[in-house]
Amino acid sequence: MEFVRNFPFLTIVFSLTCGVFCAVTRGKTAKRLCVCWLTLTFAMSLSVLIYTLRTDGSFIYRMGKWNAPWGNEIRVGPLEALMATAFSGVMVLSLSGGMSHIFADCEEGKVNIYFTMAALLTSSLFALIYTNDLFTAYVFVEINTIASCALVMLKSSGRTLVATTRYLIMSLLGSGLFLLGVVILYGITGELLMESIAEKVQDIFSTGEYSLPLTVVIGLMSVGLAVKSALFPFHSWLPDAHGSATASSSAILSGLVLKGYIIVLIKIFYRVFGLRVIVAERVSNFLFVYGILAMICGSVAALRQVDLKRMLAYSSIAQVGYIYVGLGMHSEAGMVAACVQILAHAITKPMLFCSAGGFMDVSGGQKSMAAITGAGRRDKLAGAAFTVGAMSMIGIPFFAGFATKLALAQGAVGSDKIRMTIALAAIVISTVLNAVYYVPVIFNIFSGTEGSEKAPRPKVGYVFAMGTFMVLNVAFGLFTQQITDVVRRGLQLFGM
Amino acid sequence: MKNKGALSRLWSFAEYGSFREEEFTLSPSDERHIDTDTPENRWLTTVQNSERSVGARAASWFSRRGVEIFQRLYRVAAVFICFTLIGVLLAVVAFLPPFGGADNPAVNEVPERYVAGAVEETGATNAVAGMISAYRGFDTLGEAHVLFVAACSVMALLRIDGPARRHGCLPDPEMTGEDMDFEPNSDLILRKAAKILVPLSFIFGLYVILNGTSSPGGGFSGGALMGAGVILNSVAFGFSRTERFFGERVYHIVKTACLTVYALLMAYFIYMGANGIYDHVWLGVPGGIVSGGLILPINIAVGFEVACTMYCFYALFRKGGL
Amino acid sequence: MPEFLENLFTNYYETGAVVIFGIGFTSLLMHRNLLKKIIGLNFMDSGLYLFLAAKGYIAGRLAPIITDGDADPTKYVNPIPTGLVLTGIVVSVSVTAFLLALTCRLYDKYHTLDIDEITNLARKERD
Repeated sequence: MEFVRNFPFLTIVFSLTCGVFCAVTRGKTAKRLCVCWLTLTFAMSLSVLIYTLRTDGSFIYRMGKWNAPWGNEIRVGPLEALMATAFSGVMVLSLSGGMSHIFADCEEGKVNIYFTMAALLTSSLFALIYTNDLFTAYVFVEINTIASCALVMLKSSGRTLVATTRYLIMSLLGSGLFLLGVVILYGITGELLMESIAEKVQDIFSTGEYSLPLTVVIGLMSVGLAVKSALFPFHSWLPDAHGSATASSSAILSGLVLKGYIIVLIKIFYRVFGLRVIVAERVSNFLFVYGILAMICGSVAALRQVDLKRMLAYSSIAQVGYIYVGLGMHSEAGMVAACVQILAHAITKPMLFCSAGGFMDVSGGQKSMAAITGAGRRDKLAGAAFTVGAMSMIGIPFFAGFATKLALAQGAVGSDKIRMTIALAAIVISTVLNAVYYVPVIFNIFSGTEGSEKAPRPKVGYVFAMGTFMVLNVAFGLFTQQITDVVRRGLQLFGM
Repeated sequence: MKNKGALSRLWSFAEYGSFREEEFTLSPSDERHIDTDTPENRWLTTVQNSERSVGARAASWFSRRGVEIFQRLYRVAAVFICFTLIGVLLAVVAFLPPFGGADNPAVNEVPERYVAGAVEETGATNAVAGMISAYRGFDTLGEAHVLFVAACSVMALLRIDGPARRHGCLPDPEMTGEDMDFEPNSDLILRKAAKILVPLSFIFGLYVILNGTSSPGGGFSGGALMGAGVILNSVAFGFSRTERFFGERVYHIVKTACLTVYALLMAYFIYMGANGIYDHVWLGVPGGIVSGGLILPINIAVGFEVACTMYCFYALFRKGGL
Repeated sequence: MPEFLENLFTNYYETGAVVIFGIGFTSLLMHRNLLKKIIGLNFMDSGLYLFLAAKGYIAGRLAPIITDGDADPTKYVNPIPTGLVLTGIVVSVSVTAFLLALTCRLYDKYHTLDIDEITNLARKERD
C-alpha cells in the first residue's frame, strides 16, 4: 500500500495531538506549532488529492485490524481530498489573516487555548469529511460544536458570551435530534456503517416495513444538521455568534464549520439513504424551499445591517441557502453546484471577514458602516481584498462566486419546470440584492477622506493571507471548469 | 428614529425570537452618522421613515400588549411543541421492532463477532471494553478529546489570571467571592470520613481501571472514581493540602502525557492494522489484569485523564484555578 | 388503534425514553432560565441513552462479559449500544460543564439567569 494512503488518518489523529500540545505551551509557541502543523496537513491533503486524481478512484482506509462493519473506517476520494485541502488551506489563511486580532482579543494567558481549539476543529473537520460511520460522525460533530463555540467565546466580552450560549444551545438541540436519528436508524437497520445502512434502507424502502420510522429519521437528521448549519428558519444564533467573534473565528466559523455539517448531510443523503429514497420522501423539496427563502431573506436582512460583520454574517445565511438549493434540486448537477458553492464560499467569506478585521484596525476598533468610511484607503490591502470578495459574492464573471451561480443555473435548467423557474428567479433576485448591499459598502470604504489614522505596519502573515485569498479567488473563477470536473468525478465516486 | 415601526418590531421578533427586545438601538455614533450622505445610509433612512408612517399605531399597540400576548403564546407554543414531538416519537416507537426481541435487526453479525471474537481477537473478556477500545477505537479516541476540549473551554472561561490567582490572595473584584473563599477546614466529621474514603476511592478507582478488560468499568468510570477521591480530599482538607500533590503543573503534565500516549498507541495500532503489519502486541492472559493488549494501557491513560478533568472542573468552578 | 397501544406497551422502555427526550428537548428550547435549560439538556440526553440502551437489550440474556470461556453469541446481549451510551455520557458531561461555566460567567456579569434579559442587557453594551 502506498504511504500516501495513511495521510488522511495521520492528519486526523495528529491534529488532535497538536491541539493537546498547544494547550500546555505559551501563546507564541502554540501559534507556531499550530500554524506549522496545519500547513503540513495542507500539504498532506494536497498529496492525497493528487494521488486520488492520478489513480482516479476512491479508497477505503481501515482504522485498525478489522474490516468495516466491525472496525472503523474512513473513505477517501477526490471530492473528500479536495474539501480537506481547501479546508486546511483556508484554516491556515484565516488564522494568519486575523492573527493580530487573536492576540489582541484573547486574554493573555489564554491565547494558546485559541490554537488548541483551531487544531481540534481542523481535526474534527477532517474526520467529518472522511468518515464512513455515523457514530464517528456524531462524536466529531460534538468536538466541532464545542471547539467552534470556544472560538467565539475566547474573545471574552459580554456579547460574545451571550452569543456563545445561544449558539451552544441551538447546536445541542441539533446534536440531540441528529443522535436520536442515528439511534432510531440503528434500531431499524442494526448498522452504523454507511454502506451497510444503505443496503438495509433499500430493503426497508422496497418492503415498506418501518416506513414511518424511516421518514422520521430522515426528518430528524436533516433538521438537526440544518439547525447546526443555520438554514433559514433556524439561523437566529448565527449573526450574533459570527458578528461578535474575533476576525479569525468569524472567518473559520462561516467559511468552514457550517460546511462541515453540510458535508455530513450530503454524505447521509448520498451514501446512507440514496437519492431515490430522499426524493421519494420529499425531503429535498423542503430543503429547496427553505434554501430559496434563505437566499432571499438572508440578503434582505443583510440590507438592513449597519454593522459590517453582522452584514457579512447575514450574507452567510444567504450563501448557505445556495448550498441547500443545490441539494434540493435532487439531481446530480444540483449536488455539483452545492459542492462548488461549499468551496467557493469557503475561500471567499473568510477573506471578507479578515478584511473586515483589517478595516476595524484602521477605524479605532469600530465595525459600523459609519466608522469604516474610507477604511479601504487607509488599509489598501484589505480594501482590495474586500472588493474582490464582494465581486465574487455578487457573482461577477472570473471570480469564485460566479462559478457557483453558473453551476446552480445549470443544475436548475436540468431539473423540472417549477424548480427551474423558482431557482433561476431566486438566483437573479439574490444577485441583485447582493449587489445592493455589497456595492454601497465598496463605495463607502473608498469614499471620504483618508483620515489621520495611519495603518499599522502590516504583518507578513496578514499580507500573505490576503494576497493568497485574492489569488485563490481569481484562480477559482478562471479554472472553474477543471474544479467542477473534479467535483463531478468525486461525486460519482462518492455515491458508489 | 425613536419611534420604531411595526415592521421593524416584527423583524426583531424574527431575528431574536422575542418581542421583549429593545430593537436595535443605534448607538449615538451610528445615529449621528445616518445624516452623512453615503448611499447605503440614505437608503436606510428612507426605509425607516416609510416604516414609521405605515405602522405607528400598530407599534404603540404592540408595545402595550405585545409582551403579555407573546408570553402567553410562548407558553402555548412550548406545550404544543412538546406534545407534537412526543406524539411523533411515540408513533415511531410503536412501529419499531419489539423491545428485547432476539431477532431484531440490531442482532446481526456485528455484535456476534464482538462477543465471539472478543477473547481471541482483543484479549478482553469484557466485550464492551474490547469493542470501544479495540474494534471501534477511533470513536473512543475522539470521545477522550471531547472531554479535553470541554476542559480547555471551561478553563478559558473560569480560570482567573492575575492577583487573585492563588487561593487566599486578594479576591478578584469581578467575582462576588463569598462562596469562593469559604473552606470548611474545621469540619471534624468530614475529615474523619474523608480519611477513610479518599484512599478507598483511589484504590477502587484503580481497581476499576485495571480490571476494565475483564469486568465492568474501564478508564472512564475508574477515572471518575479517582477524580471523586481528589475532589473529596480538597473538600475535606482544603485546596492547599491537595495542591501539594496536584497543582496546575501536575495537571498539565499528567493530562498531556495521557492524551499523547493514548493518541500514539492508537496511531500505532491503526497504522499497523491498516497496513497489514503484525503489531507485536501481547494480548495477555484473558481474565487477568494484564490482558487485552493495548486496552490496558489505553484504560490507564484514559483513567488518569478523566480523573484530572473531573478535579479540574471542580477546582475551576470552586475557586477559578487549579 | 389497539394495536398501536399494544406496540407502545411492548416497547415500554422506548416509550418512556422518548417521553423523557421530548420533555428535555422542550425545556432546552423553551425555558428562559439557563439552569432549567441545562437540566433540560440532561433530560434529553438521558432519554437518548435509555433509548439506546433499550436497543441493545435481548430478553433473557447476560451482560456481555465472557465468563468460563463460553463465547457463544446467543448467550449475551448486544454490546454495541452499551459502548455508544458510554461515549454519549462523556459527551454529555463535557457539554454540561461547558454550559454551566458559561452560565457562571453570565450570572457574574448580569446577575440574572434569564437568557432573554441577558440578551437585552448585552445588546445595550458596546463591544
